[in-house]
Amino acid sequence: MKTAKMTGARIVIETLIEQGITDVFGYPGSQVLDIYDELYKAGDRLHHYLTAHEQGAAHAADGYSRVTGKVGVVIATSGPGATNLVTGIATAMLDSIPMVIITGNVATSLIGRDSFQEINITGITMPITKHNYFVSDVNELADTIREAFQIAKSGRPGPVLVDIPKDVQVAECEFAPVGIMPCFEQHEASDSLIDEAVSMLNNAERPYIYIGGGAAGSDMTDSIIALAEKIDAYIGCTFMGLSVIPTAYERFLGMQGMHGLYASSMANREADVILGVGVRFSDRATGNLSDYAPHAKIIQLDTDLAEINKNVQVDVGIIGNIVSSFMRIMMRCEKRFHPDWTDQINAFKAKGREIRKIAEATMGSGISPKTLFDHINEIKTNDTVISTDVGQHQMWTAQYVRFAEPRRFASSGGLGTMGYGLGASIGAHIGSGSRVVLITGDGSFGMNLNELATAVTYNIPVTIIVMNNGVLGMVHQWQTYFYDKRYSATSLAARKTDFVKVAEGFGLPGKKVSTIDEFRSAFAEGYAHEGPFLIDAVIDSDELVLPMMPPGGAGDDIITLRSDNY
Amino acid sequence: MNRYVIAALVENKYGVLARVSGLFMRRGFNIDSLTVGETDDPEFSRITITLHGDDYVRTQIINQLKKLYNVKYVEELEQDNSVERELMLAKVANSPENRSEVMAAAEIYRAKIIDYNPRTLCVEVTGEPAKINAFIDVLKPLGIIELCRTGVVALERGASITDQ
Repeated sequence: MKTAKMTGARIVIETLIEQGITDVFGYPGSQVLDIYDELYKAGDRLHHYLTAHEQGAAHAADGYSRVTGKVGVVIATSGPGATNLVTGIATAMLDSIPMVIITGNVATSLIGRDSFQEINITGITMPITKHNYFVSDVNELADTIREAFQIAKSGRPGPVLVDIPKDVQVAECEFAPVGIMPCFEQHEASDSLIDEAVSMLNNAERPYIYIGGGAAGSDMTDSIIALAEKIDAYIGCTFMGLSVIPTAYERFLGMQGMHGLYASSMANREADVILGVGVRFSDRATGNLSDYAPHAKIIQLDTDLAEINKNVQVDVGIIGNIVSSFMRIMMRCEKRFHPDWTDQINAFKAKGREIRKIAEATMGSGISPKTLFDHINEIKTNDTVISTDVGQHQMWTAQYVRFAEPRRFASSGGLGTMGYGLGASIGAHIGSGSRVVLITGDGSFGMNLNELATAVTYNIPVTIIVMNNGVLGMVHQWQTYFYDKRYSATSLAARKTDFVKVAEGFGLPGKKVSTIDEFRSAFAEGYAHEGPFLIDAVIDSDELVLPMMPPGGAGDDIITLRSDNY
Repeated sequence: MNRYVIAALVENKYGVLARVSGLFMRRGFNIDSLTVGETDDPEFSRITITLHGDDYVRTQIINQLKKLYNVKYVEELEQDNSVERELMLAKVANSPENRSEVMAAAEIYRAKIIDYNPRTLCVEVTGEPAKINAFIDVLKPLGIIELCRTGVVALERGASITDQ
């Protein structure tokens, strides 16, 4: 296409298409009417999905990005449209998810006058975006959006917001499409740093590869497994690193940390060399930092220089493209065998199984989380996306769900956003075409269940499992252990919500189940259903997520039993 | 606690100062002073930040600043390889009892009297922060009515960082 004169609104659409975008999520309003008019005309080239609330659109774009690796795009109007996005943007920021957010604003002549639906969204989102723009000249619009995409996907990804006032959408200028913008070039680590890491790994007796969201976002499954095989290392992950390595892989020990598995937490603790790949050593994953990995030399690979030594003092910090740093390390590492380490790991695994058994034996009556997830694991296909909200059900998911393929998990890790899951499920299906199982709780689901309308509109094949225990379970659990069972504001018992009727009201089928057999048959029906299906699964309100490392705890502080302190 | 001076070249654009100061607030970094002004190239401004803290805070400030897209260059200025200046204006009482003392102190500190009226004197002084502090201590008993400091500006000795 040659240069043509067009309006700012049209330029927005043409630039999105030019950047390879096929799907956008959003909600119209008066200050984006021009953009929506152009969307209408471009309907065959760019699909728009209307959600029930802007927050749902932001989570959908986020879920879309997590499963596809593409940049998620969301459009909202000024004022409340823009502020409704805030939690969704922050969720993406904390988990480093690439997104471009387009907001409309009042005309530049009305800016700063507290005009109707005017809000300074660039000011509001400054700390929760990787970068943001207020576009005041239509001539800069196309390049600004292009740069927004570049920033969103380069290096450590993140959300970028572009705020476009109404008059800029109406103004005209020349536009000529360019290709998809490449990522910015990344720093390559020096050979001496790579050599230092290699010599540590070559001399390691107990190597442990610790992977996080950075590894998930860089699609490193095969290379991580290859290195583990080569140097005889074991792999553990953060919450954000789940689904990168197949759960069944024998060298994979699972998630470590507060609700992590015993074997990975212990491997991390006993390792003599830890290779951190795209991890930020968050408090939830490390426990007490002063007692973190006391025997280990730590190598950290990250693209973000500010992450090196931020939470944990490392021995070698390697900044740059983590895939290339990792490959360079792998090429130079020598083949190693550590039979003693394997024995030790096997002992940790055995002890871990024992701990799980004890914890599971003390689970309450009714549907136990373990049996519920066992059944899901049995039925679900490898490409099924699992998404969650936040709370106990999320940690059970992390502990029990078995992943077989990468990019099959959408959950809010860093921000811990209750109400994330349904929107994300919708985006995840639209991005991948795969079936989605949403694990949620009665608390979280209550936050954004309005998106059921969206799931029905687009006939999203999502099986929604509400683990209904009548309490805000995770907070309830903390109150049990750390607040002497003073259950302040965590009981939902007085609510009379009938989730099956809610589902029916929104136009999808629902089933209430209170035994595992009922669950099995409902899941069989729901999982085979073409569109959305809700299962209201009654769970004992005293069910706990175990084992648990108390905040600030380490090593032996681990709580394994319902009766510890209970 | 050490004292650090950090210089940053930033794009001279809408909202950049808010981004930089917002970063300090968000990360909980407490700084002593921040000055900003246009450079010889109107496309860039130069920000000088002074702070007291440990090595962790210094490194985080530098690395987090480098992540801001409008920040083009960040450097720590080593104290023994850079020059620092600050400007202060102070208004002090002009009375027969203290007039000669103010003028004598101004002379010693190489300050200038830049405004004079029957009731007040205004003095201007430039120098390193320690000198300014000392001058303030001298003026205090003489009756400071109003005082204003610019915060530190600093340059590395030798080749300018804007050339790089």
